[in-house]
Amino acid sequence: MTKLQLNGETIAVEAIETTPLAYVLRNECGIKSVKLGCEAEQCGACTILADDRPVPSCTLALSDASERRLTTLEGLAKGDVLSAVQNALLTSNASQCGYCLSGIAVAAYALFQSNAHPTHNDIVNALDGHLCRCGAHPRVIRALEQLAK
Amino acid sequence: MSNLPESLIRTPDLDRWIAIEHDGSIIVSTGKVELGQGILTAIQLIAAEELDVDPDQVHVRSAETGITPNEMVTAGSMSVETSGAAVRQACAWARRLMLSEVSDDPTQLEVSNGVVTGPGLNAPTSYTEIQAGTPFKFQIVDPTQEKDPSQYKVLGRDHHARIDLEDKIRGVGVFVHDLEFPDMLHARIVRPPSYHHRLETVDLTQIEAPDLGFVDGSFIAVMSINEYRATRLAESVGNTAIWTQTRQIPADKPLSDYLVAHEASAFPILDNVPQEVPPRSLTTAINAVYSRPYLMHGSLGPSAAAAQLVDGILTVWSPSQGIELIRHTLAQLLAMDAKAIRVIYVQGAGCYGHNAADDATVDAALCARAAPGRPVLLKWSRADEHQWEPYGPAMRVGMGANLSDRGDVDLWTHDVWSFSHAGRPAPGRTGMDVIAAWHLNDGFEPNEPAPRFGPESGIHRNALPIYEFPDQQVVKRFVPDSPLRTSSLRSLGAHCNVFAIESFMDELALAADTDPVTFRLRHLQDTRAIAVLQRVAELAGGVSGSRGIGLAQYKNRQCYAAVVAEVAVDATTAEVRVTHLWIAADAGRVVDRDGLTNQLEGGAIQALSWCLKEAVAFDRNGITSRDWETYPILRFSEIPLVETDIIDRPQLESLGAGEATQGPTSGALANAIYAATSIRVRNMPFTPQHLREAAAV
Repeated sequence: MTKLQLNGETIAVEAIETTPLAYVLRNECGIKSVKLGCEAEQCGACTILADDRPVPSCTLALSDASERRLTTLEGLAKGDVLSAVQNALLTSNASQCGYCLSGIAVAAYALFQSNAHPTHNDIVNALDGHLCRCGAHPRVIRALEQLAK
Repeated sequence: MSNLPESLIRTPDLDRWIAIEHDGSIIVSTGKVELGQGILTAIQLIAAEELDVDPDQVHVRSAETGITPNEMVTAGSMSVETSGAAVRQACAWARRLMLSEVSDDPTQLEVSNGVVTGPGLNAPTSYTEIQAGTPFKFQIVDPTQEKDPSQYKVLGRDHHARIDLEDKIRGVGVFVHDLEFPDMLHARIVRPPSYHHRLETVDLTQIEAPDLGFVDGSFIAVMSINEYRATRLAESVGNTAIWTQTRQIPADKPLSDYLVAHEASAFPILDNVPQEVPPRSLTTAINAVYSRPYLMHGSLGPSAAAAQLVDGILTVWSPSQGIELIRHTLAQLLAMDAKAIRVIYVQGAGCYGHNAADDATVDAALCARAAPGRPVLLKWSRADEHQWEPYGPAMRVGMGANLSDRGDVDLWTHDVWSFSHAGRPAPGRTGMDVIAAWHLNDGFEPNEPAPRFGPESGIHRNALPIYEFPDQQVVKRFVPDSPLRTSSLRSLGAHCNVFAIESFMDELALAADTDPVTFRLRHLQDTRAIAVLQRVAELAGGVSGSRGIGLAQYKNRQCYAAVVAEVAVDATTAEVRVTHLWIAADAGRVVDRDGLTNQLEGGAIQALSWCLKEAVAFDRNGITSRDWETYPILRFSEIPLVETDIIDRPQLESLGAGEATQGPTSGALANAIYAATSIRVRNMPFTPQHLREAAAV
């Protein structure tokens, strides 16, 4: 059994220690926001927060995650109330297929935690490791720029 | 033959389209599927408008065989035009039938937010009171009067919430990848190193119960209740596989040359329909050759599907664009009665045309057959997605023109070479176009590629210019033998044809010493095309400086789009950065303005990525673009400012817009690069290397 601090709770999971965290979160913890995209830290779809910093969970081994405070998209909302970043993305329809959306939302959340008024450059730099194939980038950027005002 | 939408002729039973529930909700069905393009929201709005109810009251049910109407394939930017028209007409009939229940003259009744009032009614009533739980039992055979667009309250509004988005932003597992069933197996496939490798031996003895694995021909699958274990098994089993290479991929010639060398047939296109007669030979004063490489759909989530075989009934959860096509393909491959196969659409990551969704669906079904009773969720790896999906075909376009003394085009030639853009499974043919079928012992060969002759089909889509030229020769040159597997990529041939036409128009404008907008206007008669061209020039505040323009009407019958691109080209590195895009479009009657803008802008950004960065790399032994580093796409830091303006025409039919901006954006970009550098880039992608090669010519 490995203990995880996940979205404010401590839980125990049973999985081989080398299992990438993304698999553990999805299959043992019911965390479906974490998407498998490239499994090589190239696309950002599996991004979570580890000690408040965005990291890909596809290559992070379970054993290396147990000491860290983990937050996924599911942990950003307070009950039914979405975080400001989620709300900004939702009300701007800042998505098409949405497969990349949770990773982007998590990274943007971390950005706004550290800087309430990020510039355009801050935003695109924070999201540069996140691929979106639908071309929804302009509206993601606009939604976050509006939130930054 | 009535004037009904095609989908209603196929499915006239009103109860298949609409049901009124006791809780006040209205269930509207469509055979089209949500690919991320926002179709379910559009269908919801169309139904709400026609019924005069709040959009939140309408719940849209999408694609399941035997349940929803069969609307074939969700492709070609046709869903608003076809399913939208059918849903509008079905709702108009439902409204008329319900109001007729409470009034002899239903035209006197008014409906507002679902509340029915008017003469003859003792008290206001509602659709729920009239019809809840009661089927209509009505066959639509003739059209009924629809709402006058001048009375629209919902359609065309600035903003509507996407109905699929809230779940996604909350992390609800709505994708096929997220499915979970009790006792579910996770499956992975071990693929050969290339198209031309066949399996000699593989060692499955390391697979121990309760894990499962099987091999059939060159098809190797492993399954485990633990997903990560399934991936490890796939790797370790794969390491024991010994393959024989039967032949090599032709990779020693530039694709543009390969296309010419392997041309099999040529079809002059007249009145949008290719005819099989020899082309005229024309001499032209100005000519140029353009090309694009193979392009990936590049879904962000590798393809996936789930399946379960219970008591001879196969249930499949699939992200296929064509659930009926894949159902009949499965029936043929598995030698089953199609009636014993149920396909339920579940969203995948955006597909942008025919990607590997069908292949993964077949893989899942084969795994389910090998583990009867067990639900199986199958996922592809990123490397397999990159190497095995059917690519958008390489293309070559040769343009030629004569300019008159007045500087007008009096002769125009367009020769387009390409491989097949049609690789969807086509049940009933002798071959089969899914990967597993090629690898199984008792499988199928791929179908022989054949040119299509419908108007605006694959290779010659948008090969006919939107401009008026006195003498034209447009020739489709079909090349059957593609080194790589191909199928339909968003906008099909329109992407490269419009890129070539719009680039060439700028080259001609330069030769005629006329500015590009004036030159285009001089050759345009279509007032809607003229309007979007002028609108985009206004929006951008002119097309001077490092800017270029592009224009097209998708398939010469759908959405009009004009694009202005502005670039900055680094004089040292020759890297192109797009700083600003302006888009103007006319998609007829606007259903969902924000959704339309999303599609137009998304298409433009995707086209920038294709044009600036993308080319499937391969050598004689296989595909070498295997991840996002070997096949880079556009990133957030490379995204321009985008401004979009839409010309709404409420009295005219809605026109499909999902593929409208790829061509115009590509032309505008190449023209902007020329404006900035005097370098004419004719071969995609517009990388520093291609810019330097073009500069050296």
